[in-house]
Amino acid sequence: MAKDGYGTTPAPGLWGWINARFPLESMLKEHITEYYAPKNFNYWYLFGSLSLVVLVLQLVTGIFLTMSYKPNAAEAFASVEYIMRDVEWGWLIRYLHSTGASAFFIVVYLHMFRALMYGSYRAPRELLWLFGMVIYVCLIAEAFLGYLLPWGNMSYWGAQVIVSLFGTVPVIGESLAEWIKGDYFISDITLNRFFALHVAAIPLVLVFLVVAHILALHQVGSNNPDGIEIKKTKDARGIPLDGVPFHPYMTVKDTFGLGVFLLLFCGIVFFAPTMNGYFLEAPNFEQANPMQTPPHIAPVWYFTPFYAMLRAVPSYFGTQVWGVIVMFAALMLPFFLPWLDRSPVKSIRYKGWISKLALAVFALSFVVLGYCGMKPPVGNLPLVSRVFTALYFAFFVLMPWYSRIDGVKPVPERVTYHAH
Amino acid sequence: MSDVVDQGRRRLLTAATALTGAVGAVFAAAPFLASWKPNARAKALGAPIEIDISKLEPGAMLKVEWRGKPVWIVRRTPEMLHQLARATPFLLDPGSEASVQPAFAKNDARALKPEFLVVLGVCTHLGCSPLPKFEAPDVTVSADWPGGFYCPCHGSKFDLSGRVFKGVPAPSNLTVPPYAFLSEGRILVGSDSTQSA
Repeated sequence: MAKDGYGTTPAPGLWGWINARFPLESMLKEHITEYYAPKNFNYWYLFGSLSLVVLVLQLVTGIFLTMSYKPNAAEAFASVEYIMRDVEWGWLIRYLHSTGASAFFIVVYLHMFRALMYGSYRAPRELLWLFGMVIYVCLIAEAFLGYLLPWGNMSYWGAQVIVSLFGTVPVIGESLAEWIKGDYFISDITLNRFFALHVAAIPLVLVFLVVAHILALHQVGSNNPDGIEIKKTKDARGIPLDGVPFHPYMTVKDTFGLGVFLLLFCGIVFFAPTMNGYFLEAPNFEQANPMQTPPHIAPVWYFTPFYAMLRAVPSYFGTQVWGVIVMFAALMLPFFLPWLDRSPVKSIRYKGWISKLALAVFALSFVVLGYCGMKPPVGNLPLVSRVFTALYFAFFVLMPWYSRIDGVKPVPERVTYHAH
Repeated sequence: MSDVVDQGRRRLLTAATALTGAVGAVFAAAPFLASWKPNARAKALGAPIEIDISKLEPGAMLKVEWRGKPVWIVRRTPEMLHQLARATPFLLDPGSEASVQPAFAKNDARALKPEFLVVLGVCTHLGCSPLPKFEAPDVTVSADWPGGFYCPCHGSKFDLSGRVFKGVPAPSNLTVPPYAFLSEGRILVGSDSTQSA
């Protein structure tokens, strides 16, 4: 389709020489200059390209950190301080990486919320959504593995808590946890293998998945705030009437968005890299101590909604596996969204009040659970966690029902667009 | 030689090749998966340890490290042993039916000799290390606290024998490791046989 006529008569010169041997021009056209994005994209559509920028930032800063970091229980903690104090600009490279981790989750959560609002997971974009969800799960694994590396006391006990989750599996749990740790406790062996997974295995998988995510997007075309297919109305040349070429239109817009993002990001890197304990936790400035649990264990903010769900469930029948099941179910449910949503329209703009309320309650649950997961489980917080865990699950489980009975507004033929 | 392709034969051979390859892949994966198991050095470092308890005062607690986990040895006073009965109505598993301990420790004191409590200081919920709160009552835990251990991570409570309270996230009592008395003042943690020291 987009490839018609390319490469049949090679252009002269170096450009022609390359294109006779590698499909550079046709790739650039297919994915950039002749990829047509809906012209009604709003600012919610910045977070995909921002995620890509943060991925590159993490890869580059990560590579430079490995040049000075020692993946060894005796030296790891000191080597991070060595990066901070002795390596030229080491503090900047490390703070870019640690702030980048939180920034990654911020832009990815906003990117995912955009998909929820405009129904970007609906047919024909199911596989695009599934690739995205696998990227999210890999990102969680990557962040968890990376958090052990500074070998601070919160690194240590955070890893202890998460690896123990696998120990709750009936029968094989104990040996499974030992297999993951490679020892009877989180030790040098565990640190060494987490390092290998964090710097080589998971990043490779992530990059591959991001390529698959973008290829799937360009196969089906982007959704838009109206949730209608721009490919339905094309001009005589077969170009969507409501589409604009990704370059220069979206590249310029994304560059502007990047500028705003970098202002905020650099502000945090330079003036508040620990973000008052939310991005870098205070007990992690103390070396790992297997004999001394920090007085209060809380994961970094991006895991706290799931952590709150884990803690909300008490143990029954002599095992705490139920909380673990609830937590993993909470992570797995979004995978099924394309098949849970039975609404005749995609975008929240044309859905009825039930869907709007459900989405608002879901977003609220995620934020409230995130708060509960940061705080010690005292007072009425466990009860609050239970209520909002139930609401989180209700959003998904009841969706086939409420999305069908909810009222809808008429969907326009063409996208809603007001020239600026 | 016939020009007709025997599709049935081709399918059989393709399937047989694919199956053999799959079996080979499983066997080839085994060494990589097995390389993650605790290795010879980790096993050697995890061997049983000897601890001198002759200088432990009554009412005091000794913390030693075994396999990276805190092992607690508490020399309980008669008053502390007396508190065990007071705690019983609050407990989830007072008889240690669903908990991990050597057979000799399946009693109220959860010990070989009631005076000495030997437990892993690892919460059975998610592996945090609970704090000793021996004083009773202790308002930082609860008004009717009979003395024991309190986990700061998720609020689990245990009595002075490491038995878990009802209505807390931890599902079972603190684990009692295998141990044996080598003599009056020396114990071996990690094995319940005095021969293997």
